Amino acid sequence: MSSLILAHTRYLMIEQLRVPIGLVASSFFPAAAMLAFVVPFVGDNPVAATRATGSMMLFGAISAALISLAVSVSQDREQPWNPYLRTLPAGPLPAFAGRILTTLVAMLISVIPVLIIAAAFTTAQVTPVRLVLGLGALVAATTPFLLLGLFIGYSMPSKGAIAVSQVVFFPLAILGGLLLPLQMMPSFVQTLSLFLPSRGAGELVWWAVTGVAPNVTALVTLAAWIAVIAALAAWAYRRDEGRRFA
Amino acid sequence: MSVLARTIDVTRRYGGVLALDRVSLEIRAGELVGLLGPNGAGKSTLINLFVGLRRPTSGTVELLGGSPSDPLVRRGIGVTPQETGLPEALRVGEVVGFVTSHYPKARPKGELLERFGLADLDRRQIGGLSGGQKRRLAVALAFAGEPRLVFLDEPTTGLDVEARRTLWDGIRAFHEDGGTVLLTSHYLEEIEALAQRVIVVAQGRVLADDTVRAVRDMVGVQRVSLTAAALPELPGVLSSERDGERTHLMTADADHLVVALVSSGTPFTGLEIRPTSLEEAFLHLTAPEPVTA
Repeated sequence: MSSLILAHTRYLMIEQLRVPIGLVASSFFPAAAMLAFVVPFVGDNPVAATRATGSMMLFGAISAALISLAVSVSQDREQPWNPYLRTLPAGPLPAFAGRILTTLVAMLISVIPVLIIAAAFTTAQVTPVRLVLGLGALVAATTPFLLLGLFIGYSMPSKGAIAVSQVVFFPLAILGGLLLPLQMMPSFVQTLSLFLPSRGAGELVWWAVTGVAPNVTALVTLAAWIAVIAALAAWAYRRDEGRRFA
Repeated sequence: MSVLARTIDVTRRYGGVLALDRVSLEIRAGELVGLLGPNGAGKSTLINLFVGLRRPTSGTVELLGGSPSDPLVRRGIGVTPQETGLPEALRVGEVVGFVTSHYPKARPKGELLERFGLADLDRRQIGGLSGGQKRRLAVALAFAGEPRLVFLDEPTTGLDVEARRTLWDGIRAFHEDGGTVLLTSHYLEEIEALAQRVIVVAQGRVLADDTVRAVRDMVGVQRVSLTAAALPELPGVLSSERDGERTHLMTADADHLVVALVSSGTPFTGLEIRPTSLEEAFLHLTAPEPVTA
């Protein structure tokens, strides 16, 4: 089984690397935002720069997870290659696991430019332990967005998935405080933010990289969101299976 | 002979549409079976049931002694993807490697590509292949895992004559080595070139299941058209139809009919004989009995 997961991951990775526009897109925006907002404004404040670097990594990772998963899953469903894969002697698991692993790798690749910019042009500081913790937190914090990408990908055709995932992504990122510090926003936004998964995700990553205690409400909300979106993604997956393969 | 695949009283509905209606058939080891029928006859549904993509509404589908939904059972079969869906960014050799990694035994890549006329294309990206090359690759993938039973859905649609021959040779070679094939086509010629046994389906039912020759005779209907005031009783007329001046006679033996027509001395003009397409033959075979007033 694990060799099949590997085979599917390898195949999807090759595909991803030969048409790298998705990777470039999800790395470009956080890198550009680092240079435009983080380096000039908080670049010489070690704690703020470290926190902002965490935000930008998360911003890129969420875009890689949510948008690219929504788009690739919905496109796969429209390709005749997909039913062919179902006739091969493997259940649906290897293809599914391969898709998730490929997305995780793309996510980790997309944060590299942000890390390089942070190291070269800011006073952001991180110990090796906090860096590893931060990457772990990044993967955990991205879970609800992976699930949301699956939900969108399994619920609608690819044209809809491209639009909906973008429309969902930007407000979530902004209201979660990933692009601008929350203190700069009106107080009702600061309150609303606590109940969005992007804020909980941010708290988790900031906690890991700076050690500043997280907002507990936001973390509880994050856990609740994971449960809700997981249920939605499972529902959409089953409905799609029933339509196409029952 | 052992049975490799069978359906027992299988019915399949899509919503209100009846795609298969109580179909029972068997595919035995070593057979090369053609599945023939017009579009929408139920051919693809039947294949989808055998390869585990769909489940029957009622009845049983058996594959290699097990269920098609069991991945281990599917190790013994090979299926052709639609060439329009092949992953464009991958190289030919990579996609073959990916497919063979699913099987315990695999045909050596070079030999497989050679057999389907793709020997020099190992390192070529799929997006850069011609339509015919993609089609041959798609068919080759069905044979990659040393299957016992191969399902080929319209394997040569849209290919030129030479590419079609190459594919036919590949399929024949597999069969000569003891492999079993179920092949769909709406080309009678293709079925004739490859199959020994033919199953004719239309409107979700099996109309005939016989040797190629018997089925050819059954659907080998010709249409004789002519202009004549009145026609005598002629031999072998399956049906006749008037269209203004013209009379169209459907027959299995046009030569015999014309000889009888000429020797009857009936005056006629504009004699025209043409083979019916398979589609027309099916319409003829499957038409409900005319209601006599």
